[in-house]
Amino acid sequence: MTAPTQTGLQVQGVHLWRGERHVLRGVHLDAPLGTFWHVRGPNGAGKTSLLRVVAGFLWPEDGKVVWNGQETRNLGDEFGAQMACLGHEPALKADLTARENIRYLVGLRRAVKDYELDAAFARLGIAEHADRPTRMLSAGQKRRAAMVRVLLSGASLWLLDEPFTNLDVAGVELFAGLLAEHAAGGGVVLATTHQPILAPGVRTLELA
Amino acid sequence: MKAGDGAVPTGMLAAAAATFRRDVVLAFRRPGQMFQPVVFFLIVTTLFPLSLSPQLSQLRDISPGILWVGALLSSLLALESLFRADMEDGTLEQWVISGQPLAVQVLARILAHWTVSGLPLVAAAPLVGASLAVPATAFGTTMLVLGLGTLCLSGLGAAGAALTLGSRRASVLLSLLVLPLAMPILIFGARSVDLAILGEPTRGPVLLLSALTILTLSLTPWAAASAVRISLE
Repeated sequence: MTAPTQTGLQVQGVHLWRGERHVLRGVHLDAPLGTFWHVRGPNGAGKTSLLRVVAGFLWPEDGKVVWNGQETRNLGDEFGAQMACLGHEPALKADLTARENIRYLVGLRRAVKDYELDAAFARLGIAEHADRPTRMLSAGQKRRAAMVRVLLSGASLWLLDEPFTNLDVAGVELFAGLLAEHAAGGGVVLATTHQPILAPGVRTLELA
Repeated sequence: MKAGDGAVPTGMLAAAAATFRRDVVLAFRRPGQMFQPVVFFLIVTTLFPLSLSPQLSQLRDISPGILWVGALLSSLLALESLFRADMEDGTLEQWVISGQPLAVQVLARILAHWTVSGLPLVAAAPLVGASLAVPATAFGTTMLVLGLGTLCLSGLGAAGAALTLGSRRASVLLSLLVLPLAMPILIFGARSVDLAILGEPTRGPVLLLSALTILTLSLTPWAAASAVRISLE
């Protein structure tokens, strides 16, 4: 294996068709390590599709996605391990507690310790709800629990699709702070939202 | 907070074990759902002695067929749920990007599914066998082949369930896909029970059934994993 170059994420001329619709029309993005990107655009502009292309769930008709100098298509499972995704669904099982859910999902990637879980739940302000079944949590609390997973994932690329949905004002501020912090620590963040992101150093990618 | 620094990556088998454990725990949190197939199995198989003649010799002749058709149908009941909930809540996406080989995760899911839906059928087999006048000497073989057969069916069903993830009401489609493939299981399984009742050697069909199960479990996780990836598009 060649030593990976730390160039972050590049999206190069991606075209994506969904049925008859040409959703992504040659999207370019250069996101070196340490950058925080706000992907904007009206409904149906392809924000979610772009994130799903980057994550490798959708294969574009043309163009490529490059992570640290290598095309993600060739990286396979190795790329997945360096990426954390927060989609529309929080991937939490209603019958498990938030802690069990997160321990399992993070545990697929790396060994996770109790104190790390405690600290992360406290950070997201849901420490007292960590041991309740997820079905008893509100939508906003589920979002926060899902964010605990992203935080602990150990991934350097964060893909977040509408991360602020269902959050209260304090929650939005908290999430924005966490994302900015991750970027400042040498990670890459791609987040779609409709509201502006109030955090230092956010760059904007406008999809038409 | 860079959580990844110095953290120990989870091995493939540890991840599979975690998935197995989680699935079994989840099943026990919903015991009603978990025992549905075995209750169905008990009901269907006890209908036969009630509706046919109560003559023991006659019941004994048709008991392998009844046992197997009952087991096949009740296993089918549980198949649709194999991946559906995980697709709807986004867990499948997390599997794909977990850095773990998807096929191994799928295999863990198959084994967990068999543990909560197939093993209860095996445990219920002596009860059902007794009500169908199967001699106690044949219980061992019956349980063994039912275990193998349901495991094989869970494997086949995983491929079917993953392929039908895209359609809303998939249960009929799933049966159409899986039942024809399950015919060899039915044939060798029923034949083994038949031979065991007659007190003859069952080695041949049991070995064939074992081979079939091993073949299925080594191939279908890959097929199911590909189908899961396609369903995410």
